[in-house]
Amino acid sequence: MEFVQSVLRGDRLALSRLLSCVENDVPEGRLALDALFPYTGKAHLIGVTGAPGTGKSSLVNQLALQIRKKEKRVAIVAVDPSSPFTGGAVLGDRVRMRDLAGDSGVFIRSMASRGSLGGLAAATAAVTQVFDAAGFEVILIETVGAGQSEVDIARLAHTTIVVEAPGLGDDIQAIKAGILEIADILVINKADRPGVETTERSLRTMLELAHPVRKVFRHHGQMMELNDGVVPQEGLWIPPVQRTVATDGRGVPELLESIERHVAHLRANGDWMRRERARLQAEFDLLLQEALVSRFLAKIPPSKVEGMLQLIQERRISPREAVYQLLEN
Amino acid sequence: MPERKIRVLVAKPGLDGHDRGAKVVARALRDAGMEVVYTGLRQTPEMIAEAALQEDVDVVGLSILSGAHMALVPRVLELLKANGQEHVRVFVGGIIPDEDVPRLKEMGVTGVYGPGAPTEQIIADIRAALPSVTV
Repeated sequence: MEFVQSVLRGDRLALSRLLSCVENDVPEGRLALDALFPYTGKAHLIGVTGAPGTGKSSLVNQLALQIRKKEKRVAIVAVDPSSPFTGGAVLGDRVRMRDLAGDSGVFIRSMASRGSLGGLAAATAAVTQVFDAAGFEVILIETVGAGQSEVDIARLAHTTIVVEAPGLGDDIQAIKAGILEIADILVINKADRPGVETTERSLRTMLELAHPVRKVFRHHGQMMELNDGVVPQEGLWIPPVQRTVATDGRGVPELLESIERHVAHLRANGDWMRRERARLQAEFDLLLQEALVSRFLAKIPPSKVEGMLQLIQERRISPREAVYQLLEN
Repeated sequence: MPERKIRVLVAKPGLDGHDRGAKVVARALRDAGMEVVYTGLRQTPEMIAEAALQEDVDVVGLSILSGAHMALVPRVLELLKANGQEHVRVFVGGIIPDEDVPRLKEMGVTGVYGPGAPTEQIIADIRAALPSVTV
């Protein structure tokens, strides 16, 4: 496989073309993924997610600059939405990443979501595997501008950063399920804007509800501890709240320190391996499902499936019954 | 499900700061079902070639209003070639004097479009230039 050898040698054009093959899910790409798989598992995958306009791309730009100071090679996978009507897309994340141009230790790839709804494209995981095998030590994955339930990134990344900005919601937003729950690190970007204290307070309240902490406070000049019967759990990762200004890089070195602490934490308590295993199992399950479905459908005449669909549409049988009948006969 | 989209890099080399035309074209190509990587203003030819390489695009669209096209376009073409991307089709839009159009095409530019060129024409020309898009 010349592709694979060239990619392992560090050929950037071969890497780029392989990324396309993988994204388009063509046989060449699949074979290359098989061949590259033994070389994967080394990179640190960092997910960056959050609502549109919170500054994800600018933050990724700054993070990459910061990581480059440590001589690590950085790949960036930036996902933007595809049009549900035409399938086309405008991928604009590079606009905020011009500081990274000209650095051969950085490789930026834009991806369209192509109909996936979880905040990533279907092939994003495979694309990160290619970068991993190609020797990129850190892979930054920027999701589409996410609402409340685009949480696929947490299954893919080792460290998930959720980016908020001042003025985006009250404390009820902060206790809802979904995107905030997946954060390993919470970032309040645009921290030079008014309202940053309110945002930080509601995020911290949310974290305290989720993770009991020791409440120590000053009372009449003495430090006192509020014993509300909740024992803080040892070894639990409590997501730090970090303020940044991604346009000028303020707070980014501190953010990188938090990221490094998170990696150390994952490695120390075994979560790194557990996440890795869960991710591989999810990938295996998905591929198994796809393979079984296509193998099964290949044995059934399309007219039979069509007939079933007709019966379902006429409300004569339910979809569940139809599936059952197909499987039994 | 295998899917192959035409990938286009829309870039603005040089120093002029008007990217409305580039955005109109990017939007039109999106509506035609293409995946358009937009790079923003003030790109050097080196930045454009690097982005084209990383994004594995089929087409590079350059918007130039500054009059510097006879310097910028050959440089972009040269760098694409140096990177092994001579298969990438280059289109130029902007303020281009008539007498420069044949010279640009001689250099290897596939299409040149002035103000008011219908976006349908650009879309049709891109599709015609990539009859069998292969990965």
